[in-house]
Amino acid sequence: MKGRGLRTYAIGYLIFLYAPIFLLPLFAFNDSKIIAFPLSGFTTIWFSEMWNDAQMWNALRNSLTISTSTAVLATIFGTLAARASTRFEFRGKAGALGLIMLPLVLPEMIVSMSLLVVLLAIGVPLSILTVILGHVLICTPFSVAILTSAFQSLDKSLEEAAYDLGETPFSTFRLIILPLVMPGIISSLLICFTISLDEFIIAYFLAGADTVLSSYIYSQFRFPARVPAMLALGTILVLVSVVLLTIAEYFRRRGIAKTGGKDTGGFL
Amino acid sequence: MGQGASPGRASTSANPGARAGLMLISPTLTYAVLLLAAPLATVVIYSLLTGGRGQITWDFTFANYAEVWTGPVYRAIMLRSLTVALGVTCVTVLIAYPIAYFVSFNVEPSRKSLWLFLITIPFWTSYLIRVFLWKVILGYNGVVNSGLMGLGIIDEPLQWINYNVGALIMTLAHAYAPFAILPIFVSLEKIDRSLLEAGQDLGESKLRTFWRVTLPLSMPGVIAAVLIVFIPTIGDYVTPDLIGGGKLPMIANMMEVQMLKVNNKALGSAIAVSAMFVVAIIAVGFVLLNRRFLGPQK
Repeated sequence: MKGRGLRTYAIGYLIFLYAPIFLLPLFAFNDSKIIAFPLSGFTTIWFSEMWNDAQMWNALRNSLTISTSTAVLATIFGTLAARASTRFEFRGKAGALGLIMLPLVLPEMIVSMSLLVVLLAIGVPLSILTVILGHVLICTPFSVAILTSAFQSLDKSLEEAAYDLGETPFSTFRLIILPLVMPGIISSLLICFTISLDEFIIAYFLAGADTVLSSYIYSQFRFPARVPAMLALGTILVLVSVVLLTIAEYFRRRGIAKTGGKDTGGFL
Repeated sequence: MGQGASPGRASTSANPGARAGLMLISPTLTYAVLLLAAPLATVVIYSLLTGGRGQITWDFTFANYAEVWTGPVYRAIMLRSLTVALGVTCVTVLIAYPIAYFVSFNVEPSRKSLWLFLITIPFWTSYLIRVFLWKVILGYNGVVNSGLMGLGIIDEPLQWINYNVGALIMTLAHAYAPFAILPIFVSLEKIDRSLLEAGQDLGESKLRTFWRVTLPLSMPGVIAAVLIVFIPTIGDYVTPDLIGGGKLPMIANMMEVQMLKVNNKALGSAIAVSAMFVVAIIAVGFVLLNRRFLGPQK
């Protein structure tokens, strides 16, 4: 009886969570410049307007460059830190990890402003490169978190068996450890890619004259006539993120199954 | 162990392991030191210098802090940020707890990760667009007003739902909901179910068992949820800008104005440091108030 009440509440909660996202395609296909009820008719004009927008493609290219570089760099940094923290004990470990994970609990505005101050002081020109620097900083903690659980579920005796059979540390890592944590690495790449693609504050303040997708969308929100096309773009972006996350979740679960662990839940 | 071909690496003796660990972590650590610690230190130093009109001079002063802490505009904005962040935190955690409880206690183990996945998906999908959608939903001519007017429930648009602190809280509570659920869920999962049975065997009602056993044992998760929601929301930039229409600035918007528009980096830095200080004080105070829940258990 109590369970049923909670279940109703949970379903209501999911509706609250998803309601805004369901409005996105509703108004992206609505034949009106004004985002309000009643709906006036079906159209794909906003999608073609978005598709023929050269600035959007330019921003998308920049965003993809940033997200791909960020995902690779953050995952490399994440792998190193996660391996170090799960396999070895050393002095200052807690402090080092604390600093690496700090962006997780620091408002992004502070990360972005402090980086901006230093970049301007040194005289580094703002571009998509500086955005990558900032994004790697905020994505690395997520990568560390995902890969720590991947490395933790490794059975240490597999590694020791490899040493006993004459493998070097490097070949052991390549032949035994890497394949076992591969699902975690793929999951980390996808999550970092998604975070970077979605991120706004750092991209907005550190990109200089370059536009990326999120700052482009933000700038277009100021013109009411451009809003429907942005909702069309948003619909596609949400679809892409959901697909990427589903793949990431698939690999995360497969990784846990592979190492014989028990699934305890989400990404964080 | 340690009898293999390369005992130096396989052994767990402190020294070689420590060196390998440090070597492994050093690239990531160097990156964080150069791009996080050093910039934060720069901001702290800047906040003690004299600035204005794009220039920074090496005159040490506390004038920036005096202005941030006594100026009525800054105080109003700081108070608004705190109100919004506290409001969002309360709403989010109160709404999230039953969900975490439901997934942990009422959902079959095999379906738990599906529920968690469903809860986390909206969090990863375009933050900017979600915030904008709330503006569209709650706006004067927005979805709610046009929908209710179309149904004939109201005659003119409701004004109390848009461009106010309540709308900011609503939007942010929606954005950070999954952040609150996950830590609470993890702490509920750790509770030994036999403790609950013991409570009921000893004659406690379900409600009292919850109050005296489940809730205290899940407090570490609640505390983590409070911190993980409170800290980023107080520094939110997008929501005050889009939902508040620029009329309800919060700390982050004030930082942008000083750093970039007025171009007084010293004052902007003082705002940033003050914000971090306030957040740290509240976070530490909150943890200390609840330390009896964090003690002996794992």
